[in-house]
Amino acid sequence: MSRGAGEGMKRRDFIRYSSFGLALGSSGISVLAAAKTSAPANSLNPYVMIHDDGRIVIAAPNPDVGQGVNTALPMIVAEELDADWQAVEVVLAPIDANRYGAQFAGGSLSVRNRWNELRQMGATAREMLLRSAAQQWGVPRTELTTQPSKVLHPPSGRSASFAELVAAATEQPVPANGEVVLKARADYRLLGQRVVNAAASDIVQGRPIFGIDVAVPDMVYATYVKCPQIGGVPKTANLEAVKALPGILDAFIVKGDAGPPSFDLRKSIHVAGGVAIVASNTWAAIKARRSLQVDWDISAASTDDSLAIEAAALSAAGRPTGDHEVKNAGDSEGAFTNASSIVSGVYATDFVSHAQLEPQSCVAHTTATAIEVWTSSQTPGFAQSTLAKLFELPAEAITVHQVRGGGGFGRRLSNEYVREAAVISKKIGKPVKLQWTREDDMAFDFYRSPAYFGLQAALSETGKLTGWRNHVVSVSSDGEEANYGAGYRGYNFPDDVVPNVHISQTMVASKTPTGAWRAPISNVYAFAEQSFLHEIADATGQDHRDFLMAALGEDKWFKPDDLASLNTVRARKVIAAVTQAASWGRALPKGRGLGLGFFFSHAGHVAEVAEVSVNADKQVTVHEVWVAADLGQIVNLSGAENQFEGSVVDGVSALADQRISIRSGAIEQTNFHQYPLLRLPQSPKIHVDFLTSDYPPSGAGEPALPPVAPAICNAVFNACGERIRTLPISRAGFKVV
Amino acid sequence: MQLSVNGKAHELNDADPDMPLLWALRDLLGLVGAKYGCGVAQCGACTVWLDGAPVRSCQLPLAAISGREVTTIEGLGGDALHPVQEAWIAHDVAQCGYCQAGQIMSAAALLQRNPNPSSEDIEGAMAGNICRCGTYSRIVAAINTASKQLQGLSFYEVGQEATVSASDGEVSV
Repeated sequence: MSRGAGEGMKRRDFIRYSSFGLALGSSGISVLAAAKTSAPANSLNPYVMIHDDGRIVIAAPNPDVGQGVNTALPMIVAEELDADWQAVEVVLAPIDANRYGAQFAGGSLSVRNRWNELRQMGATAREMLLRSAAQQWGVPRTELTTQPSKVLHPPSGRSASFAELVAAATEQPVPANGEVVLKARADYRLLGQRVVNAAASDIVQGRPIFGIDVAVPDMVYATYVKCPQIGGVPKTANLEAVKALPGILDAFIVKGDAGPPSFDLRKSIHVAGGVAIVASNTWAAIKARRSLQVDWDISAASTDDSLAIEAAALSAAGRPTGDHEVKNAGDSEGAFTNASSIVSGVYATDFVSHAQLEPQSCVAHTTATAIEVWTSSQTPGFAQSTLAKLFELPAEAITVHQVRGGGGFGRRLSNEYVREAAVISKKIGKPVKLQWTREDDMAFDFYRSPAYFGLQAALSETGKLTGWRNHVVSVSSDGEEANYGAGYRGYNFPDDVVPNVHISQTMVASKTPTGAWRAPISNVYAFAEQSFLHEIADATGQDHRDFLMAALGEDKWFKPDDLASLNTVRARKVIAAVTQAASWGRALPKGRGLGLGFFFSHAGHVAEVAEVSVNADKQVTVHEVWVAADLGQIVNLSGAENQFEGSVVDGVSALADQRISIRSGAIEQTNFHQYPLLRLPQSPKIHVDFLTSDYPPSGAGEPALPPVAPAICNAVFNACGERIRTLPISRAGFKVV
Repeated sequence: MQLSVNGKAHELNDADPDMPLLWALRDLLGLVGAKYGCGVAQCGACTVWLDGAPVRSCQLPLAAISGREVTTIEGLGGDALHPVQEAWIAHDVAQCGYCQAGQIMSAAALLQRNPNPSSEDIEGAMAGNICRCGTYSRIVAAINTASKQLQGLSFYEVGQEATVSASDGEVSV
């Protein structure tokens, strides 16, 4: 686990939040030059460096696109180090798998994956300080303890700051695993508290910390125009006319790869063909697009039509079983044959776009022998490896700097814009900032897959759920395998709880690129399954909460010690807590309703209740949403609450009217006027309650999103009696106001 | 074209008169606090002040604003943080933070003309600023805190009230 102190952080690796680009002017400054600090550096391991003046520098290993890990991960180190958080400076770690392992932002995994490693890093650094003090003072190590940022010897009253001890401490051997005892939860000073985001001060002052803000010497600006019909490539373009425009430095065709890209994070070196326009500033490049005329070769392009995909999928979903069997447990045939009653429902969800607020950008400098890029990628390690493969360079020749991203939600998992920037830089022989427009971002996303569910439930005379069928219709680029984000998700309720279950899948061909969108797969499954469970309860005259509590079955942790598996004890606790908080069962005026949704994903058990009102014009007001969750221990209470509040807003935003439609292989929506994001006046009041437990912490970025849609749609049903089986709900005639 | 930005005069004679203020600030003057989000005045990430009023800088060509006074997030507080910026930190508003400079400029403009805004006033003033991360409840809480501070309550008193009212994300560490 621990690595030698000699391999610790090098000063030049640091990109300090507070210093990065501080003097950024029209000429820009080198990020690396800015990162050099004058104070002496004493690093105890790759994560911990203590300055002689008392500042404690902690490296944040994983990209932060708004999920708060640049605060949460250093907090874990600081807790075990016993650092005074006020003295901590967070720096962004270099991208270096040898020292920092897998550095990515996805799957709500940052905290979960690094929990043991980072505690160990903090604890071993503390131990080195303690042993150093013991040697200097000639006292037994066992007589020493720490208080924030200092070592104490209670018998003599002697003390020394970490800063005074660190130089000698770096000479200590790194303690092995098992040589240090990690803190008990009851002794935490920092974890579980509300801590302000490490970047807050820079954010509120507009400091240059985002990908779009990066500037390096001699940098030029580029835009990249691709074929609206996804997968088309340029044949010819009026390049000379474009080059003659003011501010334009160059314009050229990138032949690229014909055909739509696949969402293959590890291997894809796809570069879509297009026309690069290079300029002396961003505006000149964007303006020149008005004059650009391109003749596209669309022979390999997508011909998707989203209404045709939908019609084929809905037709298939009407069948109880599909082409491929995914799961067959118990005797589902028998359960349906012997059922006292059967409830059926077909649910549908559309393509949606990520619409992270910062459109993609990347600064790249490609030379014959090396590439340096600055990117807000969620997978900077794959940016490095795919660039090496594309340019046939050794991995060591590729330097990737992580930079804060203005939102991610899965959009920055792919690195195609990084490759585009590197290709353009190579052609012009200069560092370049490639800036996608909002329209580029909406037209060339890896969209959330649409999904269609044919659901059937077999019920006993007493309304007990005895059989469950789910025929999932997914999009597939090859007609056989479900696209990323369109597949089956296992380990959940009710699939693993109901005794007789049949899950099957049918593919509908689609070439439109799809990928991971916040809580991929879970987000659409939750809507369909958890709405359908309410349908069942309603059809059999049972209270939804009581029905869910009973349907969860016996107390069981499906794979003990695997946090990623359902635990029905934790599930029932969050359902009980959220219904109590929302005063479930209380009388409401006509047109107003409460709705419940539960979902387990990303190792988080989350239940939500929404209170809505619906008027005669099918206008829906979401008044309040209560959330109860068991994520185990909480690292940063403020950060986790913020993620949950944001997930609720995101859920309402997506279900209201977010829909990507496709005609002749091209996306029809271009900007936010056609793809609305929820605004402040429509935002509900949100209550978040974490039922903290001693389980290790799991991630907070995603698990609160899936229950939002079913909770709201179930509330709409309770308010007005109409069942919504389509997302966005605008397609069923409803409007969130 | 002449432009005064945060009290400093700039000559932008070589710039394209069509260039939106946003890109002049970012690429020509190196002031990158105002952000590009949509380019069509839908999201508010580019909000700055023109002669003291909040505007979408992505839709303001330089030719239309020659000689006017621009204030950006970099110049909002002068040498210290503006009370709205302080409140944004105290409530730990930001997630990704990309929209927040625009949100703060809209909020500070609101409080300048209406130091004690109602909920409806806040909704009206902030409806043009999208937060994709969904930090709206904290934005409202921070505006209320800044409002109280601007009306003469000390930050400590405001903090106490916020802590007592609990649900608004007030931060203790």
